[in-house]
Amino acid sequence: MKKEKKNQKAGLLFSFLKGTKWYFFLTILFAGVTALADMIQPQIIRLTVDNVIEGKPSEFADWVNKIVEKIGGFGYLKEHIWIPALAVVIVATIQIFSQYSNRVYNTKASETLVKNMRDRVFTHIEHLPFAWFMQNKTGDIIQRCTSDIETTKNFLSEQLTSIFRIILMLILSISFMVSMNPLLTVIALIPMPFIVMFSFLFHKKMHKAFRECDENEGKLSAMAQENLTGVRVIRAFGQERSEIKKFKAQNKFYTDLWVKMSKLMGRFWILSDVISGLQVMIVVTAGAIFCVKRGLSNGEYIAFISYNAILAGPFRQLGRMISDFSRATVSIDRIFYIMHSPVEVDEPDAVEVPMDGDIKFENVSFGYENSPELLHNISFDMKSGSTIGILGGTGSGKSTLMLLLDKLYELPPQNGRITIGSTDIRKIKTEYLRKNIGMVLQEPFLFSRTVYENIGIADDSLTLDDVRAAAKAAALDESITSFPKAYDTLVGERGVTLSGGQKQRTAIARMLIGNYPIMIFDDSLSAVDTQTDAKIRKEISERFGKASVILISHRITTLSSADKIIVLDHGKISEEGTHDELKSAGGIYQKIYETQTNTEEAI
Amino acid sequence: MKTKEKKLRFFGIGKIIPYVKDYRREFAIMIVFSIIASGVEITFPQFQRYALDQYAGTGTLNHIGIFTIAYASAILLAGIFNYFANTTASIIEVKVHRKLRDVGFVHLQTLSFSYFNQNSVGYIHARLMSDTEKIGTLVSWTLINGIWYMAYLVGSAVIMLMMNVKLALMVLTILPILMIIIGFFQKKLIIANREVREINSRITGNFNEGIVGAKTIKSLAIEDKISSNFVEETEKMKSKSIHISRLRGAFGAAMNFASSIALAVVLYKGGYLAANEVGMFAAFMSYAQGMMEPVRWIVNVISELISIRVNIERFTNLLEEKSDVIDTPQVIEKYGDTLNPKKENWEPINGDIEFRDVTFKYPDGEVNVLEHFSLDVPFGTHLAIVGETGAGKSTLVNLACRFYEPTKGQVLIDGRDARERSQLWLHSSIGYVLQTPHLFSGTVRENLLMGNPEATDEEINRALKIVSADEIVARLENGIDTDVGEGGDLLSTGEKQLISFARAIIADPKILILDEATASVDTMTEAKIQSAMDAVTQGRTSIMIAHRLSTVRNADIILVVKDGVIIEKGTHRELINKRGYYFELYTRQYEDEATAKILA
Repeated sequence: MKKEKKNQKAGLLFSFLKGTKWYFFLTILFAGVTALADMIQPQIIRLTVDNVIEGKPSEFADWVNKIVEKIGGFGYLKEHIWIPALAVVIVATIQIFSQYSNRVYNTKASETLVKNMRDRVFTHIEHLPFAWFMQNKTGDIIQRCTSDIETTKNFLSEQLTSIFRIILMLILSISFMVSMNPLLTVIALIPMPFIVMFSFLFHKKMHKAFRECDENEGKLSAMAQENLTGVRVIRAFGQERSEIKKFKAQNKFYTDLWVKMSKLMGRFWILSDVISGLQVMIVVTAGAIFCVKRGLSNGEYIAFISYNAILAGPFRQLGRMISDFSRATVSIDRIFYIMHSPVEVDEPDAVEVPMDGDIKFENVSFGYENSPELLHNISFDMKSGSTIGILGGTGSGKSTLMLLLDKLYELPPQNGRITIGSTDIRKIKTEYLRKNIGMVLQEPFLFSRTVYENIGIADDSLTLDDVRAAAKAAALDESITSFPKAYDTLVGERGVTLSGGQKQRTAIARMLIGNYPIMIFDDSLSAVDTQTDAKIRKEISERFGKASVILISHRITTLSSADKIIVLDHGKISEEGTHDELKSAGGIYQKIYETQTNTEEAI
Repeated sequence: MKTKEKKLRFFGIGKIIPYVKDYRREFAIMIVFSIIASGVEITFPQFQRYALDQYAGTGTLNHIGIFTIAYASAILLAGIFNYFANTTASIIEVKVHRKLRDVGFVHLQTLSFSYFNQNSVGYIHARLMSDTEKIGTLVSWTLINGIWYMAYLVGSAVIMLMMNVKLALMVLTILPILMIIIGFFQKKLIIANREVREINSRITGNFNEGIVGAKTIKSLAIEDKISSNFVEETEKMKSKSIHISRLRGAFGAAMNFASSIALAVVLYKGGYLAANEVGMFAAFMSYAQGMMEPVRWIVNVISELISIRVNIERFTNLLEEKSDVIDTPQVIEKYGDTLNPKKENWEPINGDIEFRDVTFKYPDGEVNVLEHFSLDVPFGTHLAIVGETGAGKSTLVNLACRFYEPTKGQVLIDGRDARERSQLWLHSSIGYVLQTPHLFSGTVRENLLMGNPEATDEEINRALKIVSADEIVARLENGIDTDVGEGGDLLSTGEKQLISFARAIIADPKILILDEATASVDTMTEAKIQSAMDAVTQGRTSIMIAHRLSTVRNADIILVVKDGVIIEKGTHRELINKRGYYFELYTRQYEDEATAKILA
C-alpha cells in the first residue's frame, strides 16, 4: 500500500518533468564541461611553474607532453611565456561559455518544471468538485499553491540542478588531487564530513529559529494591522497610550528574539568559517611538509591548494541541500494532497441532450457531509419555457436545490433524481449542462478584470455591443457609462467601487449574455429596488421568452408573475400553485402576501 | 566633511541619522571590527607564500610549529572579529528597525482621521513594517558589506603594490572595467527582477481567484478558460525567468573572464617570479583573483543605496505627516496631550451636543456635505441617522467626536466649543459601538476594561448582565479570562456585538455613538442585541447610525441622508406622514423583515 503510494508520487513527479529532458541533459553536459575547465586551469599553472619555468622533468601524461612537444617543447614555452597565458584565457573562455549555457539550460529546465507544476495544480484545482472547496479552507489551499510551490521551486532551481555540478566538481577535483598525491588528499578530506554535518545542522536549526521569528513578526504585523483597522475604537476610547505600550512590548520581544538568533547564527557561521579555514591551514602546512619530505613539487603544491579551495564550497552546499531537501519533501507532499483529490468526472456514457425540455425533481433528498438532511423528498416539475418562483426562509434549502440542478453538488444515487427532458442529469455531461444553465448567485463573484471582460467572460467572441445590450437588459448600462473608464473600469480598482446592486446587475448581465435555455436567479434581485427589479424581469420575459426561468425571491411582486410558485419550508414543499391560488390558500404565502400588500397600513 | 554630508543627503540617508545615532557605540564596533577582520583575512595568502618560499622552496622545515600556530591564530582572529562585526550588524539592524517602528507607530496614534481615510491600511502598514525593515538592513548589512569589502580591496591593492608595483598596476587596471560591467548588468537585473515580482503577484492573485471564485467559475463552466489564462501568466513567468538567467549568466561569465584575464596577466608578466619566488607568485595570483568578489559587492552596495532612497522617503513622509485636528498649545497646557494627559484638570462632561451653523467639507472632498447646519442635541436625546450604505451617514458622528473639525461654524460640547478642550478629554467621555464590533486580541476582561481600567469585577458582571452577555462569558472555556483571538474572531459576530455593548456600559459615557450592525444574526441574538441597545442608551445622549426599524422608531430626532446630504429631518411619525424618501426606505425594510419573520 505504502509502496503503491510512493509509485504514484513518483509518477506525478515524472509528469511534472515533461518537456524538460533535453534541458536537464544539456544542463548536466555543460556542468561537466565547466567543471573540467575549472580543473584544467590549476594544471596549466602547475605545468607552467614546474616544467616550463623551473624546468623540472614532466610528470604529466604522455599526451600532454606530446602537445607541448608539438608547440616547441618546454624550453620554447619558457621563451614564449605568453603561450601558457593564452591557454589560460582560452580555457577560461570555454569555461564561461559552458557556464553560461549551464545556467540558462538549468533555468529552462527548472522553470519548465515549475510551470508544469503550477499549470497542472491550477487546472486540477479548477476541475475539482465544488464540495472539495467547501471541505478545505481557502487560506490553506492558497498557501499550498503559493508558498509550498515556491519552496519546491527554490529547491528545484537552486539545489537539485546544481547537485550535478557539485558532484562533478567533487569527483574531478578529488581525482586530480589523488593523481598528484593520495595521502595529502586523504588529509584534505578528513574535515569534510564535519563541514557537511555542520552545515546541515546549521541550516536545520536556522530554519526552526527563523520560523519562530516569523511567527512573532506575524504577531507584530497583525498588531499594527489591528491598530490601523480599529483606529476609530482606539480613538473613541482614548486607548492610544495602552496601544503604544502593547506594540512596544511586542516590538521589543520580537527584536530580542532576533538578537538571540543573530548571535546564534553568527556563532554557527564563524565556527564553520573557522573549520574551513583550519582545513586550508592543514593542507597548506601538510603540503609544505610534503614538499620537503616527500618530494611534492612546487607546481603540484600550488595546484593542490587550488583544488582544495574548490572543495570547500560544494561540501558546505551539500549540507544546505540536505536540509532544504527535507523541507521540500514536506511541501511536495502538501501539493500532492491537492493533486490526489479526485476531479469531477462524467459517467462514461454521459450524453448531450437538448436542454429545453421539462425539468423534473423526483423525490430529491439531500444533506451536506457531516450535517443532517436538509432537503426531504422534493418533487415538482417545471414545463419548458415556463417561469417558476421559489419562496423560502434562510436554511430552507432553496439554494441547495439549485446547486444540485447545476451539479455543483452531486446527488447520491439513492436520493431521487433530477431530469431534464426526461434524461437524468447524472447522465448529462457536466460541462454541457452548466453551459446551458445560467445562474446568478446570491453573492456574486466578479473577477478582477474590466466590467467588459466580466460580462463577456464565458465567450471571447462577444463584442462591446453584445456586452452593452446585456448590460442594458440588466439595467446596468447607465451606471457603467457614468464611470470615467466606462466598460474598461477594472472591478475592485481603487477609487471606483461597484455597489452591491451594481455587482448583482453585472452578474445578471453576465448571465443574460449567455442566452441560456435555463436561467436561475438565486435571490439575485434583492439588492436592486422594486422598479429596477420589475424592469429587469420585463426585459427577460420579452427577450428570453423561450427560456425556463427559476426565480428565488422574498418579494411577492417578483414571484407573482411566475407560472408556478413553490414554497419551501424546512426542506419540504409546503405549498405549490399559482399566485392566485396561493394568495388565498391560507398558508405562509398568503401571510406574506398580506403583509407585503398591507405594509402601508401596518406602518 | 561638508561634501560628505551633501552626499548623504543625496541618498536621503541624512534624514534617518536622528534615529540611528543612539547606536553610535555599536556602529563603531561594527566598523572597526570588520576592518580588522578584513585586514586579517588579507594576510592568509601570505602564509601560503611563506610556506612555498621558506619550506617548499628551501627544502627545510624551520619553525614550522610557530608557522602553524601563527596561521591558526590568524584564522581564529579573523573568525572572532568577523563574529563580533556580524553580530553587531544584526543587532544594529533589528534595533534600528525596532526604533523606526516604534517612532512610526507612536506618530500614527496622533494622526487625524483624514489620513486614515485617504490611505489604505495596507499602504500605511507597508510604510510601518517593510520600509523600516529595508532601512534597518541598509544601516547594518549593506554598510558592513561595503566597509568589509572596501577594506579587503584596498588592502589587497596595497599588498600587491608592495610585492611588485608594475605587476600590481597591471592587475588593478582591470578594476574600473569590472565596475562598468557590473553596473551595466545590475541595472538590467533590478528591472527584470521587479517584473518577475509583478508576474508572481499576478499568479498568486490568479490562484486566489480560482479558489475563491470556484462556485462562479463552475456554474459558468469556464474552468478551461480560466486555466488557459493562468497558463499564459506562467508562460510569461517562465520566459522572464529565463531572460534573467541569461542576464545572470552573462554577468557571471563577464566576471569570470575578467578574473581569468587577471590570472593570465600575472602568469604572463609575473611568471618569471616563479623561478625564484614561487611563493610571491602564488600569493599574487590569490590576490588578483580575490579582487573580483569585493568589487561585485561594492557595486551591489552602491545600487542598494540608490534603491533605498524610495523607502527612506516614504517613511520620513509618514513622520512628517501633520494631523488635521490638533489641540492648541493653551489646551495642551491645561488638559495635557494624548501621551501625557492632565486628568486632574478635566471637567466632568454633561452630554449636550450642539451643531451651530456648521459647514463641512472632507479634506479630500470637493463639495460641502454640510452647509449652515444647526442642530441641538441636549443631554438624553436619541438621534438616529438613516440612509443607504455609502450615503454619508457618518459625517455628523465624525464631527461630534471631533475626528474632523467643521470648515466653518462650531460644534459645542456642554455649550463650549469642542476645540477649547483636548481631544482625549472628549474621547474619554464618549462611548463607541461599531458597526462591525471590533474587539482586540486579548481576553474578554482586557477588552471590557478598555472602557474603564478601574472597573471592579462587580461593575463588569453587572454590565455583562444588562446586555445578557453573561451567558456567553459563562460558556467560554476560561470565562472572562478567555482569549478572544485576533479581532475577537474566536467569538461570533453577535457575541462580539454584545461584548462591545458591555464595554460601552462599563465606560459609562455620557455620550454614546452606535454604528448599528447590518450583518445578519439569528433572531435570538437579534432580540438580545435589541434589548441591550435599549439598555445601553438609557440615560445618555446617543447618536445612532441606524438600520433597524424599532430603534429608528423610538428616536427623538431622525435625520435622513441621501448622497451625502441631509434631505429629511423629524420624528418617525412626521417622516412617515410626509411620504418621502424615509417612507420609501422604511416600507421596503418593513416588508423584508416581516417576510423574513414569517419564513423563519
